[in-house]
Amino acid sequence: MFFIGIFGFIVRKNMIAILISLELILNAVEINFAVFNRYLYPEHMDGMFFTLFGIAITAAETAVALAIIINAYRSIGNIDVNNMNKMKL
Amino acid sequence: MDPIINLILFSCLAVVMVLLSLLAITTKSLLRSATYLLLVLVCTAGLYLFLNYHFLAAVQISVYAGGVLILFIFAIFLTSQKGEILQKHEMKKYLYGALVFVAGIAVTAFAFIKHGFLYSPDNTTMLGDQEINMKVIGQALMGTEKYQYLLPFEVLSVLLLACIIGGILIARKR
Repeated sequence: MFFIGIFGFIVRKNMIAILISLELILNAVEINFAVFNRYLYPEHMDGMFFTLFGIAITAAETAVALAIIINAYRSIGNIDVNNMNKMKL
Repeated sequence: MDPIINLILFSCLAVVMVLLSLLAITTKSLLRSATYLLLVLVCTAGLYLFLNYHFLAAVQISVYAGGVLILFIFAIFLTSQKGEILQKHEMKKYLYGALVFVAGIAVTAFAFIKHGFLYSPDNTTMLGDQEINMKVIGQALMGTEKYQYLLPFEVLSVLLLACIIGGILIARKR
């Protein structure tokens, strides 16, 4: 059982706190980059830099997503996904 | 380090991480979920330390645990009503999710078993050898030759600028 536990939490994405689960998924992917880099090619650093850029991109994406969520909350009043079709009006 | 201790440490980290991430998606309160996410991210930093990626662990803690989590908590406080709890899943959606979960686990397990990535003692002996020092990282991040990363670095800085502008534009008051 090497890092099957890490793979385990990539695949579940059925939840309401969608953004938090998105963070978890991205985190798992980054762990995979780093771990495969370390175990298969310990002399290179490519996976590590992929992880580094992945972390930065995740931070940017989270900031924009939270801005959108706050804006939607301000105009609709709650942040349930089912109500998001009101944005079309 | 002793391989046995290594293995025990890794297993503890992995189990704690999986449990915490399960808790993070099943708990009712959104703030509690964010706290579990924080713990998962700290455990991830521990895993990077375990792999001797010290720089990566530092970045993980400062960016994720420091920045992203603060953003999350702010957003939760700004958007949550009093006494709000998450609604229960619909049964059908829950079933679909479980199906996807089991299928994904099966596929990854199949791949692991087929390629023989499972634990073998000679694999762990590579661990804990060299630590990448900061000078190498900095030169690789700023070089333009093969296996060096100046272009992604600059593209990333433009992306961050675009995110700042976009975030302000989206969230400003009309």
